[in-house]
Amino acid sequence: MGLNTRWIELPVVHKRLLLFSVAAAALFLLLALRLWYLQIISYERYSDRATRNRTRVLSLAAPRGPIYDRDGVLLVDNRPAFTVSVMRQDVDNLEALLQKLSGLLETDTSTLEERWARGSRFPIYRPVPLATDVSRAVMERVLEHSTELPGVLVEVQPVREYLEKGSEAHLIGYLGEVTENELSQDFFEGLQPGDYVGKLALEKAYETYLRGQKGQRLVEVNVKGKLLKQLEVKPAKPGNKIFLTISRDVQRAADQAFGDQSGAAVALDVRTGEVLAMLSRPTFDPSLFVRGIESEEWSQLLTDSRHPLQNKVLSGLYSPASTFKMIVALAALREGIVNDHRVINCGGSFILGGSRFRCWKKDGHGRTNLKKALRESCDVWFYQVGLELGIDKLEIAAREFGLGAPVGFPLAGEKSGVIPSRAWKRQRFNTSWYGGETVIASIGQGYVLTTPIQLAVMTAALANHGDILQPQIILRIEDWNSQILQEFEPQVSSHADFSDAAWKSIDRGLVAAVNEPHGTGWAAHLNNIKVAGKTGTSQVVRRKSDEEEETGVQAEVPYRFRPHALFVAYAPAENPEIAVAVVVEHGQHGGSAAGPIAKAMFDSYFKGQQKAMLTVLHEGE
Amino acid sequence: MFDRRLVTNFDWVLLITVCSLAGVGILNLYSATIGWAEHSTPFYLKQSLWLGGGVFLALFICCFDYRHLEHFALPAYLLTLGMLLFVLLLGKTSMGATRWINLGFFNLQPSEVAKLVIIIMLSRIFGRTALPAGYRLFDLWLPAILLAVPFMLIVKQPDLGTALMVIFIAGTMLIFAGLQRNTLIFLTLSGFMTAFAGWFMLHDYQKARISTFLNPEADPLGRGYHIIQSKIAVGSGGFWGKGFMAGTQSQLSFLPERHTDFAFSVFAEEWGFSGCLMLLLGYLFLVVWGIYIARRAADRFGMFLAIGVTAMLFWHIVVNLGMVIGLLPVVGVPLPLFSYGGTSMITTMIGVGLLMNVSMRRFMF
Repeated sequence: MGLNTRWIELPVVHKRLLLFSVAAAALFLLLALRLWYLQIISYERYSDRATRNRTRVLSLAAPRGPIYDRDGVLLVDNRPAFTVSVMRQDVDNLEALLQKLSGLLETDTSTLEERWARGSRFPIYRPVPLATDVSRAVMERVLEHSTELPGVLVEVQPVREYLEKGSEAHLIGYLGEVTENELSQDFFEGLQPGDYVGKLALEKAYETYLRGQKGQRLVEVNVKGKLLKQLEVKPAKPGNKIFLTISRDVQRAADQAFGDQSGAAVALDVRTGEVLAMLSRPTFDPSLFVRGIESEEWSQLLTDSRHPLQNKVLSGLYSPASTFKMIVALAALREGIVNDHRVINCGGSFILGGSRFRCWKKDGHGRTNLKKALRESCDVWFYQVGLELGIDKLEIAAREFGLGAPVGFPLAGEKSGVIPSRAWKRQRFNTSWYGGETVIASIGQGYVLTTPIQLAVMTAALANHGDILQPQIILRIEDWNSQILQEFEPQVSSHADFSDAAWKSIDRGLVAAVNEPHGTGWAAHLNNIKVAGKTGTSQVVRRKSDEEEETGVQAEVPYRFRPHALFVAYAPAENPEIAVAVVVEHGQHGGSAAGPIAKAMFDSYFKGQQKAMLTVLHEGE
Repeated sequence: MFDRRLVTNFDWVLLITVCSLAGVGILNLYSATIGWAEHSTPFYLKQSLWLGGGVFLALFICCFDYRHLEHFALPAYLLTLGMLLFVLLLGKTSMGATRWINLGFFNLQPSEVAKLVIIIMLSRIFGRTALPAGYRLFDLWLPAILLAVPFMLIVKQPDLGTALMVIFIAGTMLIFAGLQRNTLIFLTLSGFMTAFAGWFMLHDYQKARISTFLNPEADPLGRGYHIIQSKIAVGSGGFWGKGFMAGTQSQLSFLPERHTDFAFSVFAEEWGFSGCLMLLLGYLFLVVWGIYIARRAADRFGMFLAIGVTAMLFWHIVVNLGMVIGLLPVVGVPLPLFSYGGTSMITTMIGVGLLMNVSMRRFMF
């Protein structure tokens, strides 16, 4: 078929093939002529540009956005730091250079070699940093000897500075070098190896806001890589400013009151859900990561039995202990099981099915009503009421307060905690629910587990009579020119529905606990402001055995077996503004260990209020 | 089926030409990427593997008579359209364009496959009907539709470079099939008008590339940087070049994409005008040899196949070199056998396989 037509056309086809060949040759000739023009005629010009005046693109680091507290007090900033780096391409004799630098920088040659090797991952036109954040003296020494150090340059780079040291490390997080894995993700487009990105908490979650945009510098360098002149600059765009809801003063007060103890503390504005302070102890210094953490320090942080890297506010799980009693009381009031006047006799223990459940007070509280039960934290009262209420009703009430589920905190890593139920136990242990477990749950022990942030949200709801608030940590985000990009509105996630009378009964009990004689929360008592609060002592292991109790041998309990101390409170009791939750790990007694920390936070908060008020008054005059 | 004549007629010239060019390309790649990241397989080694695989593939293609391809043309064409559509809807996005299907070990680029499939499809159409007087506009409705659909899909990606390549290849084959004078004039004119109108439909970055080409010094830090640096590299090579692995622009400075689209500037800097001339002659020989294969082909289908593949190689070479030495705007077109890249290497070698196939079956009637 094809055969015939082909031969008919043959002369035409051959002509076209020849034409095609000639056209191809002509275009190639054009290319050759262009090459001739570039490489022969313009050789001098281009050769000149290539050898004597090579141009290079250097990137300009963008200052990362600063972080402020709610009043505009700087918490995290950038400071200029001197970095000594080397352009790899300009080094002829590496050994000699490192030898010389090791003397000037007072660093081992082996360390320098290691950093050099690490830098070989960078594109060749990027300087390899050999010493970051060097002192002015070292910088000057290097510059003096710059003629003997081909390719070495001293750059000024912004370095992250955490002004509050480790105080809010868990909230703010830290920076680290971007990993190969991250570089391949779209989110990190435009970054290069050696750049720093947020690795934890706020620094990570708000990376896109904080990062800014790199600039570029087109420079001319000579054969030795020495900078001759700057040709063009595209300035870097700094990152956005973030204003936190945190108050530095309240944060500092909590920090000081905490001392060396471990645990967590959080303060919320009960009207908006703004987090006023938030700390987890022990902490770490985020600036360790800025200069590149040494593996020794890192493994020390990882293996510390007190877990300095964990943000205990969000992921520390603790039995709420007596701080859970308000939920039991509210549920019982709603069900009509108790009222303000019902009296239960506490003889120091409670018997159910042959088991004996002790009250914390060995001799008992005697005749006890709701207010007294809350004030003196009578366990027997709650054993009885809890048992009558039943686990199902208790679970419903606890969940209404947001317990047993994440509160929706805007940082990753939040735990749910546990609010046990029949179904939960069936699924978890494949056994049915026992009455004794309800008794234990009524004092917030047993299976019940909560995080400090949940306790804070719960306490805020007690204070505002039912609004479950979504905690906020960002007040607003502004760009470099202080244009507001984003502002955060208070959010009520749900509402816990109890009668006005019920809320007021709880209020009275909590005020009594802090302000009346025999109250367990006396340590948080303030002179001018009425505080309402509840202590908790959360058993880490079983309670003391009867023998220990009876023989009265008060042996020193090892640290890790000591109970956790809890305290939740809000103030002012009449018109609440701030709620706090404090957990001191192995702090023994809620009142004495956690109470003072809550008190310090209140104190600082209301002093700040007063100061603000005075300024307003002055301005008014 | 297998015939001893196939071995005697095997096109050693083509194979040796292709392997020599690719060999120089790998050598150049070695120089261009020396001192790069040492943690992964070096580029020149990966490229060698691609070349090896490509040669194997080309020889494999030779085992089957190319005339069977006629029957596969339509299904292959439809499959390619499907892949282009797939890529448009759910492909892997990189640098703002969506061109790949991720196959795990390999990112398949359907627009590359499309080039080959369009060559086969058009060969089938033009091979069947010979119009000695040449095609009139009306006769071209089928090829026009067959071309327009994949073209639009590729433009949409957006991959302007490949889309233009498709048009160039098809245009070459069309002119070769023969057009009546009026049709030729009409098509040329409307081509220019479309290009003019198309300017307003280009993406901003595409417009920027073209205006940068017209005046690179206007934006030396941004888009002009590629061209300026490339020209400095090429120009400073002089007559003899700076020597293997001694190019200051490529070794020391920031010459972007120097292992892919701008590989030739590294070569030009290090081997100079003399080296470039030799390389150009090598490529010219490859093209002329392709035309020679077309001339000797046993049937019209084979002839058009050879013309199509040769046109593909030719336009890639001319557009890439034109771009690198500042004659054409920067469009992402690789230099066949020279630029690093598995897709380009495999597409080229499949084309070479088809050429060999046509060449060794020239006496099969």
